[in-house]
Amino acid sequence: MSVTASDPVSLSETAGRPTPGLLRRLPSSPVAVVGLALVLFWALVALVAPLLPLQPPNAQDYMAMAHPGSTAKHWLGVDPLGRDLLSRIVWGARTVLAVAPLAVVAAYTVGATMGLLSGYYRGWVDAVISRAGDVILSFPIVILYVILIANIGPSALNIVVAVVVASAPGISRIVRGLVMSLMHQEFVAAAYLRRESDVFVMLVELLPNCRAPLITDFCLRLGYTIITIGTLGFLGLGLPPPNPDWGGMVKQATSMITVFPHMALYPTIALVSLILGFNLLADGLTELSQAD
Amino acid sequence: MTRYILRRALEMLATLLVASFLVFLVTEFSPGNVARKTLGAFALQEQVDLLYRKLHLNDPLMERYVRWVGVLTGVEADPLQDPALGLDFKDPRGDRYFGNFGYSTLYKAPVNDVLWDRLGNTALLAGLAFAVIVPVSLGLGVLAGMRAGSPLDRGLSTVSIVMTSIPEFALGVLLVAVFVVWLGVLPGTSPLDTHSGWSIAAQLVLPVAVLAIYDAGYVARMVRTSMAEVMAKPYVRTAVLKGLPRRQVILRHALRNAMIAPFTVILLQVNWLIGGVVVTELVFAYPGFGRMLLDASLFGDVSLIEAATLVALFVATMTQLLSDIGYRLLDPQARR
Repeated sequence: MSVTASDPVSLSETAGRPTPGLLRRLPSSPVAVVGLALVLFWALVALVAPLLPLQPPNAQDYMAMAHPGSTAKHWLGVDPLGRDLLSRIVWGARTVLAVAPLAVVAAYTVGATMGLLSGYYRGWVDAVISRAGDVILSFPIVILYVILIANIGPSALNIVVAVVVASAPGISRIVRGLVMSLMHQEFVAAAYLRRESDVFVMLVELLPNCRAPLITDFCLRLGYTIITIGTLGFLGLGLPPPNPDWGGMVKQATSMITVFPHMALYPTIALVSLILGFNLLADGLTELSQAD
Repeated sequence: MTRYILRRALEMLATLLVASFLVFLVTEFSPGNVARKTLGAFALQEQVDLLYRKLHLNDPLMERYVRWVGVLTGVEADPLQDPALGLDFKDPRGDRYFGNFGYSTLYKAPVNDVLWDRLGNTALLAGLAFAVIVPVSLGLGVLAGMRAGSPLDRGLSTVSIVMTSIPEFALGVLLVAVFVVWLGVLPGTSPLDTHSGWSIAAQLVLPVAVLAIYDAGYVARMVRTSMAEVMAKPYVRTAVLKGLPRRQVILRHALRNAMIAPFTVILLQVNWLIGGVVVTELVFAYPGFGRMLLDASLFGDVSLIEAATLVALFVATMTQLLSDIGYRLLDPQARR
């Protein structure tokens, strides 16, 4: 959308504060509230995990393996190796809520830098960055993850690396588009008149004004990344054992699903509720930003 | 239009070349080595080293990549099929022909013997899933987008969010728990043979459901957004105001324009389906291409990984091209 000087309303809108108080108006969307509640619940569980009176997540209770269902000692029962399921789910929340945001933030750092550079300088910089991104984006995403992780080895760091490689081009594409639409704005021209440096214009003038659409994308990406981490765990490419990882817990329990379905069901429900939380939050935020 | 297609086809070829090199590069970082995995933990180090040399794995990366391209295009003979090496790698098609993907170290067979059967099974699975996704997502999306903000819209939108929030493997577990463990009406594995007593059709129900449910939710949301946008357009308002029945407004005026955006989304969905099948095939022990790729990646079978990646990328970029061409044909504005 081009803004002309004879259009004072849209000028003041775009040049002013972008989406004032999107987070403050959150309570008016029931979808967003439910999403936020789910996310906060798991965040709280992850935070207080060391304080809860739980069994150690990796301790095996051989006696409980005879009756792996729910008992007074093990509220949700035990897994195929006799480890307390409740404790493993609680500690698993810590893993996923540490790795997923870290991976998405890292992907955003790389992706936003790529997008700012290619949207700002255009020309050959843009050509190189966009073409490289296109190659990555043409891969079916799970196949990209499988090839990467199977070869560089499963670990938390390598999952972060894989998420950055797979998501940065997508983020870059969004930021590039936003930057290109902002470049015609008066506040950018004003910054040039003040003889600000390129870095200043990119980081202080352009990046903050890309914020609104990126908040929603961030939530959605968190949801997808948690799906990815869970899927990798299920494929046997997740975090190495014995520490609890929801996807890996499901994988371990699937061989016994016909006898003891609870072992696979509980971690599945935990995972789905967390992803649902982020997706509902993202949906609510989209709805709120469109209501402007 | 011809020039456009030609340019895109060249781009596609470049993408395939770059991507196949990237795969070679990534397999360089692979821990462990193929020769050791082939011979097992008890083989002597000398034996492992010998096989490693025979497989030409200690040649420089660039040399191996160029040779791989040469073998694939039929310019060069596959050195692994040399009987003097004593590897017993025999391809009935010969050692030099176009489309020679080389020899799979994992399956001990020519890649062309392994790949296409598996791919056929996967195509069956993905095709059936696609046949479910399109009508379901169009139906849900159009119903929800007809009256944006209505209780029906909110209900359907929430349903589609829930559908996209359940990863394929989790959905597999949930469906198996209900239909296999609890109700016992369907089989939990789909090996595509009838030794288990279940018909092939029954074996396909759950894998197709897993793929379809996850993707249909996403497409339905796209259709809904597009439909809601069109319903707010002035020409739809005009049609309503001139007294056309609602049915006709939707069927004759809104629907056709609302379908342009989802058309591309649906085709791009093929890209997601390919990824989804990897997981789904593992859940249900389905003898498809995705599970083969996973096994090949874990083993470090470069020839098979390359072949599988190229096929997946070809399908993905081809559907992208088709969706772009279709978009230009459907939307006159994009042609300018």
